[in-house]
Amino acid sequence: MKQELRSKFGKYGGQFVPEVLMPALEELTEQYDKYKDDPVFNEELNYYLRDFAGRPSPLYHAKRLSEEYGVKIYLKREDLVHGGAHKLNNTLGQTLLARYMGKKRIIAETGAGQHGTACAMSGAAFGIRTEVYMGARDMVRQRMNVYRMELMGSKVIPVKSGSQTLKDAINEAMRDWVANVETTHYLIGSVVGPHPFPTIVRDFQSVIGKEVRMQIMEKEGRFPDSIVACTGGGSNAMGIFHPFIDDDVDLFAVEAGGSGMKATDKEALHSATLCAGEDGVLHGMRTKVLQNKYGQILESSSIAAGLDYAGVGPELAYLADIGRIKPRNSMDSEALDAFHDLCRFEGIIPALESSHAVAYVKKTANTGELGDLVVINISGRGDKDLETVMGMRK
Amino acid sequence: MRIAEKFKQLRAKKEGALIAYICAGDPTPEATKEYVTALVRGGADIIELGLPFSDPVADGPTIQAGIQRALDGGMTPDIYFKMVGSLRLHIPLVVMTYYNLIFKRGLEKFAKDCAASGMSGIIVPDLPPEESDELQQACKKNDIDLIYLVAPTTTGSRMNRILVEGKGFIYLVARLGVTGARSDVAVSTRELIQRVKTDTPKAVGFGISNGKQAARMIEDGADGVIVGSAFVDIIASGKDVMERLEALARELKEGVRR
Repeated sequence: MKQELRSKFGKYGGQFVPEVLMPALEELTEQYDKYKDDPVFNEELNYYLRDFAGRPSPLYHAKRLSEEYGVKIYLKREDLVHGGAHKLNNTLGQTLLARYMGKKRIIAETGAGQHGTACAMSGAAFGIRTEVYMGARDMVRQRMNVYRMELMGSKVIPVKSGSQTLKDAINEAMRDWVANVETTHYLIGSVVGPHPFPTIVRDFQSVIGKEVRMQIMEKEGRFPDSIVACTGGGSNAMGIFHPFIDDDVDLFAVEAGGSGMKATDKEALHSATLCAGEDGVLHGMRTKVLQNKYGQILESSSIAAGLDYAGVGPELAYLADIGRIKPRNSMDSEALDAFHDLCRFEGIIPALESSHAVAYVKKTANTGELGDLVVINISGRGDKDLETVMGMRK
Repeated sequence: MRIAEKFKQLRAKKEGALIAYICAGDPTPEATKEYVTALVRGGADIIELGLPFSDPVADGPTIQAGIQRALDGGMTPDIYFKMVGSLRLHIPLVVMTYYNLIFKRGLEKFAKDCAASGMSGIIVPDLPPEESDELQQACKKNDIDLIYLVAPTTTGSRMNRILVEGKGFIYLVARLGVTGARSDVAVSTRELIQRVKTDTPKAVGFGISNGKQAARMIEDGADGVIVGSAFVDIIASGKDVMERLEALARELKEGVRR
């Protein structure tokens, strides 16, 4: 008998969703289980990853940054993937899966617009109707991404409830899915949500870590001492961490410290869920959540829209609990500094999200915590952030 | 009063049940107490009192707005239980809320607080039976009914499990989608009511807003109807709220009398 997909990571994960969705999750679990090792499915996916997305992405030795920070640094260049971020790895996988499942329509949520853009790309490439929910406030902040999605034929639906950001876009996408579950696939953009999404997204993103294993052996003849990745929901982190889980490599999940690790009973000045969250249930999963003493979800905050989320993937919460990953955080200001470092020393403009990982390396390289050989996941490029950065410089 | 007892009374009188939902604290805790009495005067048989959660994924725009007003008005679980404890009702009262508020308070404490404040049941729209063992135990210990939902997509072994484990009444979700008043009630509702074979009372919700629709549900074999958004709409308007809540409850109750 085939081994069933695990629905829990320790006490985390699960399926906390309206009854209407349970059969759809069951179906998705079955279908994913059927196709994940199917040679035809994988051949088609690999074709798109290679010829459409541009994989494998390079592992680049950042010589000048290494000199500056005092530790040997390699950058995993997900910023060079089509669309400018790792998001496409997952959307290609799930859109293809939706097509194999016979679904006619894709819906998705997006915060900064990176996942939405990747969905629009996959949707266009596979010819599947794609509709993206986006917080009305985020649509203003990221209007170029809205336009990109529309150019590729996707419909962007403004969400005006709650804080009008990512969390509310997820709520609204789930409401849509509840109403249209028979024809529609909900393409979740991170390792969050009810089972089997955290597993599916992790698997599709694991291509990042699998490539790093081969590339670093080729270049260094050994594994790195540590891997550093920014963490919001956690898809780029799980993607690069997962293939190294059983190896002697330290894994650092760097969250958004925002403007300080403080919170009121309505909002947090940060988005550091692994560092400061408590056990809770949000968006279909049990995980660490930023919440007040009654369990109301806090509005999170970060200069990087892609990290601005009050939850985190359940597998990351589990790995943090058992001590396999190390949750850390970088503040907005530290991320901005690191952003400029990477621009000046390497000629690479990173996403503000990824800049949090760079910032953590900057501030701890000389402590020895990271060892001698570090891989940083540059999960995306920073073109989308130029307006934010210009605004900060004044 | 236990829910089962209420349905027994109603069956003897050949009446269907009107289960009326409003969100506690919308727009203030004091107002809610008044509104509950208006619903009871109009003929509500069971009151379903929402405990507002910041991220209500199963609710449509009307109830979302009500929840937001309640949160803005300062409603918390502590205030909720205090307020409920001060209501002197002679009909069953059930709490409808999302799982995180229960989880955070502690399942045992939540169930105990329900019992201590005189509540009879709990409805949790984001807690399918697969995840509900622990809450079920806490409820049993405290004599609280954990009420399950059945959707048009529910079939087979999952349906059986819900019908075996469901207490109080079975909450039939009339259509795919979120809460909210609809002019049309799905044809498939009748099919769903007939597909759910159980001795536990069946109450239909999601989309019902008038006496005619309510009557239709009872004709189709339901034991009760659940109405929420239509009441919350009245509260949102802020105009003659008491009178109109009572009048709508009366119209719906007329509808469910066989």
